[in-house]
Amino acid sequence: MKELTIIVTVKQVPDTAEVRIDPETNSLMREGVPSIINPEDLNAVEAALSLKEQYGGTVTAVTMGPPQAQEVLEEVVAMGVDRAVLLTDRAFAGSDTLVTAFTLSRGIMKLGTFDLIICGRQAIDGDTAQVGPQVASFLDLPQVTYADRIEIVDDCAHVQRSLEDCTELVKVCLPALVTVLGGINRPRHPSLYNIEKACDETCVSIMGAGDLKVPASMLGLNASPTGVKKIFEPERTTECRYLSGDEKEMARTLINHLKDQSIL
Amino acid sequence: MIKLLPEKCIGCGLCVKACLFGGITLDNKEPALNEYCTACGACVDVCKVGAIVLEGERSKAGHDTSLYSGIWVVAEQRRGRLQPVALELLGKARQLADARGSSVTAVLLGSGMDMHGETLIQHGADKVFLADASFLSDYRTLPAERVIGGLIEQHKPEVILFGATTMGRDLAPRIANRFRTGLTADCTGLEMSPDGLLLQTRPAFGGNIMATITTPLHRPQMATVRPGVMKAQHSPGRKGDIETVTAEPAPSDDLVHILSSVKKEQGRIALDKADVIVSGGRGLRDPRNFKLLEELAGFFSGQVGASRAAVDMGWIAHDHQVGQTGKTVRPTMYIACGISGAVQHLAGMQNSDIIVAINKDPQAPIFSIAHYALVGDMNIIVPALIEQLKSA
Repeated sequence: MKELTIIVTVKQVPDTAEVRIDPETNSLMREGVPSIINPEDLNAVEAALSLKEQYGGTVTAVTMGPPQAQEVLEEVVAMGVDRAVLLTDRAFAGSDTLVTAFTLSRGIMKLGTFDLIICGRQAIDGDTAQVGPQVASFLDLPQVTYADRIEIVDDCAHVQRSLEDCTELVKVCLPALVTVLGGINRPRHPSLYNIEKACDETCVSIMGAGDLKVPASMLGLNASPTGVKKIFEPERTTECRYLSGDEKEMARTLINHLKDQSIL
Repeated sequence: MIKLLPEKCIGCGLCVKACLFGGITLDNKEPALNEYCTACGACVDVCKVGAIVLEGERSKAGHDTSLYSGIWVVAEQRRGRLQPVALELLGKARQLADARGSSVTAVLLGSGMDMHGETLIQHGADKVFLADASFLSDYRTLPAERVIGGLIEQHKPEVILFGATTMGRDLAPRIANRFRTGLTADCTGLEMSPDGLLLQTRPAFGGNIMATITTPLHRPQMATVRPGVMKAQHSPGRKGDIETVTAEPAPSDDLVHILSSVKKEQGRIALDKADVIVSGGRGLRDPRNFKLLEELAGFFSGQVGASRAAVDMGWIAHDHQVGQTGKTVRPTMYIACGISGAVQHLAGMQNSDIIVAINKDPQAPIFSIAHYALVGDMNIIVPALIEQLKSA
C-alpha cells in the first residue's frame, strides 16, 4: 500500500450547550459562550491520524471561517496534523452549505492530489450533515457517510456504516470522501512535541477569495441559494399544571391524574 | 456582504438589538461589524436611515422558477419495506400541493416495488414513479442520485421532500448540488406561501432558536424532515397513476459496493416505538439513578431515554438520546427527570401527548412545554412514584 494523502475538514463552532437566549432582547447571548472545535471533527482528525500511523502519509486540515478559526487549526496541529489551511475572507461570510462546500472544495483543489477526505458527520451549530456530501459532489468523488470504521485494502477503503437498523460494510474506490460518527474512536490529546509545532505561527497557511481564483459572485451570501427569512424563539403554548405539596403528595396527585385519563 | 455607511448612522442602536449573533456594535455612535456577522441582513431590515446595506444583489443566476411545478417526495424503502417517513412526507406534501393548487408525486427506487405504488397513492400521491431494477434494490448514493436526478431534470418539480434519515441525508445534498439549489435539513415546519415559496422552519444553534429558511430564486426547493415529525394521512379511495421508469446501471455505480449488511439487534431500545418514555438528564447527578428510571418505565412497559448532557457525560449509551442529535419521539407519555430542557432536547420530544416534567428548578424551560410540573428533587419524587405504582 502506498502512503496516504488525507485531508480533514474541521469547523469552529459555538458550544451550543452553552448558548442561551436573552429573554429581554430575544437574541443569542454570545458573551461567555466558548468557541470549540466541532466534536465530530475531532473524530475525523483522529481517524486520519491513525490511518497515517498505519499506512504512512500526510494529514492536512482545512477550515473555512473568520480569522479566529485559526485556533481550531492550531488545536489539530497540536494533535499531530502535518499541515493546516485556513480559508478566510469577508467575501465568504453568509455562505450556506452549498457555497461553504463549494469554497472548501476549491481550497482542497489547491492542495494537489489526495486519497481520502474525512469529515465529521455534522456540526453542532447547524446539524445539517450536508457539507460533507456536498464537498464530495463538487469534487466528483464517491462518498461514504455515517462511518464507524475505516480500513484501507489495496486501492480501496472498507468502511463500516452505522445506519438506523443495520450495519453496512461498503468498499469504496479511492479517492473518496468519508464522514465519521462520534463513536468511531476516541480523539487523542495534543502532545507536547506537537504543541510546540502549533505555537509556530507559520503552521497555518491562509487563503482568501483571490487565492481560490473564484469570482465574488460565486461566494458568500450572494451566491447562497438559501436565505434566512426569519429567526425566532421557539413557541411555547402548552398549559402547564404545577402540582402542589411535598414530593409524596405530588407523586400521588400525578398518579391519580394519570388514572383519571386512563393512561394507567 | 453587509456594508456600513457611518455618515448616515444616527446611533439609535436598533441594529444591535436586531442582531442575533452579536455581529454589530456601536461604540461612541460608531457602528462596526465584527467576526460574528453572518451577513443575514437582520440589521439592514431594521435600520430606519439606510445606514446599513446588503452589498450586491442576490445572485441573479437563479433558475426560471416558472418552469417548475409539483411537490415531490422521495420515498424510502429498506429491504423492500416502505419506511413510515415516506407516508408522513406524503401527508405534508398533500397539504402543500392543495395550498398551491398543484400535484404530489412520489419517487420510489428499488427492486420488486410494485405493491407499494397503491400505498403511496392512498397516502396522498397523485403520481408514482417506480424505478424498479435489481441494481437499485439496496440504496447506494451514486445510482440513486443519477436516477432521481434524471427524473428531476425531465419533470422539474417545484419542491422535493426527503426523510432526514441516513439515506435522505446522504442523498439530498448530492441532488441539491446537482441542480445548484438550496436544501434545508431537519425541517419541523413546512408551509407554502401563495407565490410558491416554501417556508422551511428548522431549529438552529442546537435548537436554541428557530429559523425560517427559503430558497427564493433556485428550484427545486429541497428539504429534509425527520421521521415522526409529520403525520401520515390514509385515504383508501384515492386514485393515481403509477409510471414505471426504466433505469440502467452505469460504470460509476461500481465505485461503491455494499459488501455486507447486518441487521442491528433491536434490543430493548426502540424509543421511537415506545408508548411511554422516562428520560433522565444532568439532574440525576449520578448515572446509577438511571436504574430508578428503568424501574419507573417498567410499570408502563416503557423505555428509558436521556438528554444529550447525560449521554455526553457517558452515563448512558447514545441509543437512548432524545433530541435534535438523537431520536425524535412521540410517545403517549414522556416523563422528563432532571432535564432542564435545552431546546435541542425539546425538539425531539415536544410532540408527546402528555409531558410530565420533574425538576428542582421552577424556571427550567422543560416546564414551558410540560402538562404536569413536579418541582422538586427527582431522587425523592421518582421513588415516591414507584411506591405509589406498587401499591396501586
